[in-house]
Amino acid sequence: MSVVTIQLGQCGNQVGQELFDIICNDAEQSQRKTYSTSCSARFFRPTSKGDLVARAVLVDMEPKVINQSMNKAVKSGRWRYGEDSHFSQKQGSGNNWANGYCVLGPRHKDAVEELVRQEVERCDALAGFIPVMSVAGGTGSGVGTYVTQCLRDIYPTSFILNHLTWPYGTGEVIVQNYNSVLTLAHLYQLSDAMLVHENDTVHKICSQLLNIKQISFSDINMVIAHQLGGVLQPALTPDSYGVYSRNPLGELVSALACHPEYKLLSVSTVPQMPSSSIAFSTFSWPALLKHLRQMLISNTRMEVGIDWQVRPPPISERTRSLTQGGFNTSLANLLILRGKDVYSAETGGFEDPAIYTPWLRSEEAFSLWKSPVSFDKYEKFATLVSNSQALLRPLDDMVRKAWNMFASRAYIHQYIKYNISEEDFLDSFTSLEQVISSYGQLQC
Amino acid sequence: VVFQKVLSLLEEEFPDVCRIVTAVYPSAEDDVITSPYNTVLAMQELTEHADCVLPVENQSLLDILNKIDAMSYGTKLGPGVKRNNCVTSGGSRLSGAQKPFDAMNNIVANLLLNITSSTRFEGSLNMDLNEIAMNLVPFPRLHYLVPSLTPLYSLADVSIPTKRLDQMFSDAFSKDHQLIRANLKHSLFLASALMVRGDVHMSDLRRNIERLRSSLPFVSWNQEGWKTGLCSVPPVGHSHSMLALSNNTCVKATFMELRDSFTKLYKKKAHLHHYLHVDGMEQSIFSEALSSLTGLIEDYHHLDVSKSRLQRDTPRLRIATGSSS
Repeated sequence: MSVVTIQLGQCGNQVGQELFDIICNDAEQSQRKTYSTSCSARFFRPTSKGDLVARAVLVDMEPKVINQSMNKAVKSGRWRYGEDSHFSQKQGSGNNWANGYCVLGPRHKDAVEELVRQEVERCDALAGFIPVMSVAGGTGSGVGTYVTQCLRDIYPTSFILNHLTWPYGTGEVIVQNYNSVLTLAHLYQLSDAMLVHENDTVHKICSQLLNIKQISFSDINMVIAHQLGGVLQPALTPDSYGVYSRNPLGELVSALACHPEYKLLSVSTVPQMPSSSIAFSTFSWPALLKHLRQMLISNTRMEVGIDWQVRPPPISERTRSLTQGGFNTSLANLLILRGKDVYSAETGGFEDPAIYTPWLRSEEAFSLWKSPVSFDKYEKFATLVSNSQALLRPLDDMVRKAWNMFASRAYIHQYIKYNISEEDFLDSFTSLEQVISSYGQLQC
Repeated sequence: VVFQKVLSLLEEEFPDVCRIVTAVYPSAEDDVITSPYNTVLAMQELTEHADCVLPVENQSLLDILNKIDAMSYGTKLGPGVKRNNCVTSGGSRLSGAQKPFDAMNNIVANLLLNITSSTRFEGSLNMDLNEIAMNLVPFPRLHYLVPSLTPLYSLADVSIPTKRLDQMFSDAFSKDHQLIRANLKHSLFLASALMVRGDVHMSDLRRNIERLRSSLPFVSWNQEGWKTGLCSVPPVGHSHSMLALSNNTCVKATFMELRDSFTKLYKKKAHLHHYLHVDGMEQSIFSEALSSLTGLIEDYHHLDVSKSRLQRDTPRLRIATGSSS
């Protein structure tokens, strides 16, 4: 089954291009034919000339980034985008969510829907959609939300997993918190689940784990794409009966997003190190999984600076505080193991009821996927997709800053100009306060 | 006056297209006696019909030119500084009373080049014109943005170590690099945009924002009010450059000076008849323009006053929670 990716805005198009690159690379390096066949079919379509074309639609309101991404793909010599699979305009969205959602999205609806339809028709079977976008700007956030809405209308039974990049806390776009609040509130009604990367977290991975001295967005995007690859590449799931899953998005959503109030997913991967160090390292599943589990419960999204003091509180002592003693409660976890000796890896630590919310049994909360094929250059590689309180603090910060700004009505005239009213803002704030409250009480 | 008409026409015909105006403000010792009238009348149009205004003062441009001259002809930086640098390459060094308008215009041209660099070249974080207006204008009339450019001279062709790069960021907020005379650091920032060109990494940008934040007072509801852009292609002759556009209450001082010069003339009705002779001009136009300017000054003042007040987080919406477990 095939996944159609929709790349939206500068971030979406930059991340998307890196993602396809990693996936293609991984498929080619693998020596197992079933794995690479499954991977190619999922993300690429073959052409009469035999080259690989990404199952992707590229959308932006200005042409430069799309051109860059398409050229980079061609340069790789291994895959490319469809020549006609893109849509762009000249002027950009001006970082204005209202412009993206109320004006540009509807204006270009037909053209974008047509491109998506063509891509869908080229799939033997549709596994679902992955819109890739940022929440801070105008196109990814505004047009991206509108396109997600169109997808939901036209393909009501398909799975939609949005990949979202959250901006640095300290400024990339001044109105980023408004754009983020509007996006998240709307997507909560449209999306099956949202897989989130935060620039702040990825930046730390680059500086502290990968030892990159001068970090650029291309470094950030590569880490994001790498972690996404760990999630999206073929794996054997409990429902797939010994073959690579034909319903990856559906299985991911049902493993993790069983309740409509809880749709925010974060990703952690181990190991993570400069590629030059990989050859000199040995990995054992017990060590990797021990680190990953502690990363989860102490909410450290990387394998350095892990707080080993954090322990699950006894069930009798669970309270309603926002983050109880630094302990991160999970609703559900999906662990994906890739590489050598996956079948003998001991994952009991992730089945411990103490790390989950009490109203879901740990057998339902924990899912395990495996692939005997190594990912990238790592002999053993683990990906953890979590529906937990990990994003609660960043979400709360986002809402708090947006609310403070809203209280002074700063910039609101820019949104009203394009038909988003103060009421719309209030509705979005209300929805997100509800989400914050739900996640905040996960341990009860 | 022609310009004002053009501005309203543009607004009528192309309401969705961003109007960013670089406006040259007269210095105190301007040649044209009635320049305060012209300026205040023009300001009303700018306040009502432009999306953004980048005020530029002739005196600041002159000061910048003098600084460049001092550096290239003086011994301070020695052979490292090229004589023929791009900022002033348009004009030759003139002696005597004649102002080097070519060279001054060249600086403004560079400003425009920097603003449009993301539209013309690729980069990892594009910043278009309409994004500038969106992020830097929190309230419709408060759209006067202080521009500052760095560097102002080209260095010899050596690879510049990090220290120099950080200096570029500090310079952007120093009075010597601003295109109007005003004190950014002593007034309140509403928002700021940094357009960086050339071989600069995003981590350099972030590090410098962190470093500068503590010395630049931002309004309480926009503590992290930075809009950033990274364009891969630097200006000719430089390895990197930066343009800062700041929405800062320091423009209030500029406008107050302007109002005072206007009032000096207007009180005595000096030269007024020249204007009133023209068809369609009435005295009410003058008084409206004056009250528009006064209103603008008050708006900036209102924000300034909030600077010293300690702002706490606005109480959040309370959600009714159902009982669980």
